[in-house]
Amino acid sequence: MSLSQLLQQILNGLSLGSIYALIALGYTMVYGILKLINFAHGEVFMVGAYAGYFAALGLGVDQAASGGGFPLHLAALALALAMGSAALLGMAIEYLAYRPVRNAPRLTPLITAIGVSLFLQNAALLAFSPNPRPYPPILRELRYEVGGVIVTNVKLAIFAVAIALMLLLRWFVQSTWTGKAMRAVATNVDAARLMGIDVNRIIRVTFAVGSALAAAGGILFGLDQIMINPSMGVLTGLKAFVAAVLGGIGNIQGAVVGGLLIGLAEQLTAGYISPDYRDAITFLILILILMLRPQGLFGLVRPEKV
Amino acid sequence: MFWLRRAGIALAVVLGLIGLELALEALLIEYAQRILLLAGINVILAVSLNLINGTTGQFSIGHAGFMAIGAYTAAVVGTELAPGIEGVLGPGLLASAIIFNLALLTGALLAGAAGVAVGAPSLRLRGDYLAVVTLGFGEIIRILFNNAEFLGAATGYFGDRPAGLPPYTSFFWVLGWAILVVLGIRNLTFSQIGRSLIAIREDEVAAEAMATPSTRLKVLAFSLSAACAGIAGGLFAHMQAGVRPEDFRFEKSIDMIVMIIIGGLGSISGAVVGGVFVAVTLELMRDLQEYRLVLYALLLIVIMLVRPKGLFGDRELSDIVRARLTRPEASK
Amino acid sequence: MSSLVLENVSKVFGGLHAVKRVTFEVPKGTIFGLIGPNGAGKTTLFNLITGVYAPDGGRIVFDGREITGLSPPQIAARGIARTFQNIRLFRSMTVEENVMVAGHHLHQASLLDAVLRTPAQALDEARLVKRARELLEIMGLEAHARDVAGSLPYGVQRRLEAARALMLRPKILLLDEPAAGLNSREAKGLEALIRFLRDELELSIVLVEHNMAVVMSVCEVVHVVDHGETIAHGSPEQVRRDPAVLAAYLGTAREESA
Repeated sequence: MSLSQLLQQILNGLSLGSIYALIALGYTMVYGILKLINFAHGEVFMVGAYAGYFAALGLGVDQAASGGGFPLHLAALALALAMGSAALLGMAIEYLAYRPVRNAPRLTPLITAIGVSLFLQNAALLAFSPNPRPYPPILRELRYEVGGVIVTNVKLAIFAVAIALMLLLRWFVQSTWTGKAMRAVATNVDAARLMGIDVNRIIRVTFAVGSALAAAGGILFGLDQIMINPSMGVLTGLKAFVAAVLGGIGNIQGAVVGGLLIGLAEQLTAGYISPDYRDAITFLILILILMLRPQGLFGLVRPEKV
Repeated sequence: MFWLRRAGIALAVVLGLIGLELALEALLIEYAQRILLLAGINVILAVSLNLINGTTGQFSIGHAGFMAIGAYTAAVVGTELAPGIEGVLGPGLLASAIIFNLALLTGALLAGAAGVAVGAPSLRLRGDYLAVVTLGFGEIIRILFNNAEFLGAATGYFGDRPAGLPPYTSFFWVLGWAILVVLGIRNLTFSQIGRSLIAIREDEVAAEAMATPSTRLKVLAFSLSAACAGIAGGLFAHMQAGVRPEDFRFEKSIDMIVMIIIGGLGSISGAVVGGVFVAVTLELMRDLQEYRLVLYALLLIVIMLVRPKGLFGDRELSDIVRARLTRPEASK
Repeated sequence: MSSLVLENVSKVFGGLHAVKRVTFEVPKGTIFGLIGPNGAGKTTLFNLITGVYAPDGGRIVFDGREITGLSPPQIAARGIARTFQNIRLFRSMTVEENVMVAGHHLHQASLLDAVLRTPAQALDEARLVKRARELLEIMGLEAHARDVAGSLPYGVQRRLEAARALMLRPKILLLDEPAAGLNSREAKGLEALIRFLRDELELSIVLVEHNMAVVMSVCEVVHVVDHGETIAHGSPEQVRRDPAVLAAYLGTAREESA
């Protein structure tokens, strides 16, 4: 229970939380626009992790490891490839499964989303085998010790990539035309359409961006946790969803804060209560939030029009 | 007079079930027997989940948790009661029957209570939020069982006999309970209570404006549904050597959803068909789990795209048959 | 003696005063009109009276008992029934079933009776069907009893909503734009129905309506709101000539055209 132990847990919690935040952003953006919980998002995260795995292998990470280490520009390329494939997957899911049922009663898209999630998970189990695989050594591990706290370059990379992507997203949403259109559609679809915004395109872009961020999260997860398996998306996806709800679903800052909080809560629970309950704490938070403040930390209450 | 006639019917059904039990055990291979037992248990799950998801329109996707509560409770109660009751009555059919049904009913009671505990706070949430909260509760329940040392934690609970839990589950009990649950829920659905539940599904605001106590009824439907899942859990437990948390993962809740979506949300006949379908595919594809789930996934997606109402929509087999029979002749 | 009293009732939605200190009384057996331009807060007032929203200020008293803050089912059980601006029927149920849903006071069988299908349950159903049929007859809908509500023509759906509300055995009936979409012949029929309900069923009636012919013809008292506030109250004749009311409906067009 020393200070350095606490700091270690906080560091680990924040890095885990950054990954959750990246995934939560996808949930929150899609919900903000479509009022749909994209159950399949966790699987997109998983596919992104695998895409990064295969991209790195394809770019020769194994050979590089024995040499001088995987060059940074190739690591960035692997990241870009993974994010790109995930974006394509996200857009495909939107087009094939969600768009046809967009105007159906609320329950239908929910079931479709569950179906897509189930499909991707088991297709991955069949394609990749259920055996966990170790992530390739994209970063050669360096450990630093600062005042009793161990900081690896992986953790630093997680923070760096996560922060960079979030800043990029922020710039995109605030300053670009497409980003503003996204905010418009999230506020009022009909008004946006009347203003000449191609709502279908904006929805596609939203899915693409959210999926790309999730894929980045997947690669960072692989770097951090080493072992990946096709079922990794289920639990992590759920936790990221809780993070989005905690922050206020539809709210981008909320997703980031929520992600960090969930990461911290999980890590501190594992460290100070018991590792057996690290998953349960997230569900507990979900229930408490929905009972006490369903709009989340940053969300607004919207009364139903009768 | 009414009760006399009812008792007569019940007696006839009991005799019929005994006959069926003997016949099935003699004629079917083990494999087919297991499928039939699972089908019966699934029918109970599907019809009860349909009450809350279909009839009342409140989407719950964590029902495996209630099944787990019923399973563990029945297993423990059965184990605890057996020495006492068998001491008095001697081991045999009568003792087993009493022990088993007491165990099942206790499981149902606890599962129903859990239903109230989960439902009361959750049922004021809107559609997709309710779904996620029920998922969360289902997972929490499973995690609790997974960490409960006195119940065997992840290894599971196997009672106090070397061979595991006594195999009380038989065609007689599974079919008997399935008949009771299906009839009970059918009667409920076609009563004023059932009508009120449908009204809540169709338009909750209007239902409340017509003095329907919607929160109370939603919690009632939810806890009844949970109690029936508890019975199914108890029946399931005594088909196996023990009860393990991994039998009640989210995948189990998904199986239940597939059951009611195939048949059509709101249709009891549909739930029966869906329950049988899942049991059959579960057993036939036992070694092909991933393919089975891919099949379910595609079914869910395709049904939502093409015929979201499922096989029966919200009608019953009897409606469809009647409609066919009274269809006016094409040309006369 | 008044059946419904609103005292300084207010409702705020995120900064917007939908209803601001509205006060009025509906005497027993009155046909009371509530009018005002679009967005004036009339339906919000209905929602406040029926408990869909809780007031942010003021109180509502019905039949001498305070109902402020009660839930909609509780208020409906006290005898306040309503119809909706955008018809809210139970679309997949039959006409008969729609009406039966509101029969909670007639429903005495217990859960056990329902599950076991006892004779008490059968009696329950018979009672509900009988009463529903009676109401359908009053509203001229008995021919449609077994039709699915969602498939009915608009005018029939409106009458069904009224029949359903009557099943509550209410003391006061709130009608939200019942004349919308009706031609003048049908509107006359509506006026006759409203008078019939007041006379034969001893109901007080509150009418939100844009069709001024109906309002002038059938209402005994008219209360006018605009932007959530009361701007006039009196007999139809008085209100029609009130300059504030004219200004609210016609806007400032007169000044602009000058």
